[in-house]
Amino acid sequence: MFEVAWSSLWSRRGSVLLTAASLTISMIIVIGVEHVRAQAESSFVRTVSEVDLLVGARTSQINLLLYSVFRIGNATNNIRWQSYEDISARPDVSWSIPLSLGDSHRSYRVLGTNSQYFEYFRYGDAEELRFAEGEPFSHVLHAVLGSEVANSLGYDLRQEIVLSHGIGNTSFVNHENLPFIVSGILAPTGTPVDRTIHVSLQGIEAIHLGWQNGVQVAALGLEREDPRLAELQPNQITAMLVGLETPMAVFGLQRAINNYPLEPLTAILPAVALGELWQIIGTLEGLLSIISILVLTASLLGLSTMLLSSLRERSRELALYRAVGARPFFILWIIELEALSLTVISIGMSYLIVAVGFAITQSWLSENFALVIEVWPSTPRIWLYMGGAIVASAVISLIPASVAYSRSLGHVL
Amino acid sequence: MLIINAQNIGYTWPKSDTPALDIAGFQIEHGRALFLRGASGSGKSTLLGLLAGTLIVQSGSLQILDTELASLSPRNRDRFRANHIGIVFQKFNLIPFLTVEGNLRLAARFSEKPPRKIREKSEHLLAALNLDSAILQRRADRLSVGQQQRVAIARALINDPELLLADEPTSALDTDTRDTFMSLLMSIRDVSNCTMIFASHDRSLAKYFDIEIELSKLNRAQAEEASLV
Repeated sequence: MFEVAWSSLWSRRGSVLLTAASLTISMIIVIGVEHVRAQAESSFVRTVSEVDLLVGARTSQINLLLYSVFRIGNATNNIRWQSYEDISARPDVSWSIPLSLGDSHRSYRVLGTNSQYFEYFRYGDAEELRFAEGEPFSHVLHAVLGSEVANSLGYDLRQEIVLSHGIGNTSFVNHENLPFIVSGILAPTGTPVDRTIHVSLQGIEAIHLGWQNGVQVAALGLEREDPRLAELQPNQITAMLVGLETPMAVFGLQRAINNYPLEPLTAILPAVALGELWQIIGTLEGLLSIISILVLTASLLGLSTMLLSSLRERSRELALYRAVGARPFFILWIIELEALSLTVISIGMSYLIVAVGFAITQSWLSENFALVIEVWPSTPRIWLYMGGAIVASAVISLIPASVAYSRSLGHVL
Repeated sequence: MLIINAQNIGYTWPKSDTPALDIAGFQIEHGRALFLRGASGSGKSTLLGLLAGTLIVQSGSLQILDTELASLSPRNRDRFRANHIGIVFQKFNLIPFLTVEGNLRLAARFSEKPPRKIREKSEHLLAALNLDSAILQRRADRLSVGQQQRVAIARALINDPELLLADEPTSALDTDTRDTFMSLLMSIRDVSNCTMIFASHDRSLAKYFDIEIELSKLNRAQAEEASLV
């Protein structure tokens, strides 16, 4: 029976291949959209964990979240080091991590922080950062690489790297006088950490000594082993992550920070901000899902149309099946089988194409959109969509199948 | 032994007021070759449809191999056709996109006879029909009409049917191929020992057959209509 259905499809390969192409494209949309949605959601939710408050200059909570956690865009303003120390000193605060952004190395963001980062930062399901190789920085001019940075730039321990001022692929302003040395490489996390180069706050200060407004105004001639380096104090940072002794204190502290008298600050609850951000994106994704399902439905109707219009030229063929003793059900099944094999093949093709597509664009997506996408789509909803497409194609092709069936009921010789 | 035993059979097409077929009695013994002559519209295809079991008599009794076709379930009627009846049409006898072998296998798969020796049987039939066995691997629509009609005989006989129905099988052939076709058909029928009903309007073919029946004389419905005109 498969042989018959196959040969039959092959004999009409022109219209059959076009139909398969249309089904494949619509399934690519369905699988692609759902895969991106699921991956984006999980990479969102995994980005920060166990952080009670995120503090930055006065801005919207989504903006603060984007530039400090996702490293998308730039801070509108910095916060003073004094504010960091004040907040860290409050009795409710258990730990705090300073974040200083603004430099880059070959388009990867550089994050200035301190050793607390490696001790307290959590992602995913409260997972700690682990070192694949090496250790946290012990010198002002040490750097710790995220796994993707090390991988894609091919860096290893003790590699010397020069940071660039500002962000972007082609900065003309490099901090060449003080190169950093890689002291550790982190294990993969599937979060923006993988794309980050971590250095000490003093390191950030050191390379900016003698700079004003992004231009080097004086060459200080600092050397690597200059004892003055370790005494550097940061003036300002971009944001800070705060962990509390008791979660109950979070709203009190948030209010206190938002009313901080010395400079305008914003404190947000990362979980709430993530939720709000996800809602904005989620609405869009929901809309895309609906559109992709409509596209799929249109393709399935196209499949049905193709089969229905082929019945006229096949009336002789269908009569012959009956003449050699086939039941009318055989004819219904032939049509159904043709529809199902086309759908299954198209689904398989689209799955492979989506996987290959993301394999190719994986690094580009993560660099440009902070989206960490796995190659193979495997969420339950994708299996559900695939199964649903097969069921839907079986149901929709009942139209041509039952037409063929009822035609073959009567006298067909 | 009677292969066909029809008593007072009648059939009226849906949406029609006048019966297409009304036959008082019609019997054929095993092993005979019957030439059923009739022009189009004489009720020929109605009778063949009834014999093949794709139509069901509305009155009277039609027994083939002592089986009352009307009493069989649709499923069993289809199976009965696969097991006991071979059919050769005027043209388009083969599924065009299957190979000759595929066509023969398809015909064999609906019968209850064991499919073990299909290949052997196919080659045997093709040889008897003057066809090279290499033709098995060729697509049906790549064959000449004459070859297709001969393969159609092999297809019809692959399940060793007791009854072979042929509906104008030569009308698409030219005179030379028609004569070859007829002599091959008659000799393979003698060997396979089945009963054949050969329907055609072409009198010149009558010479090949033991019995000739004029359908318009048999069919009372058409006789009445004819007398009106």
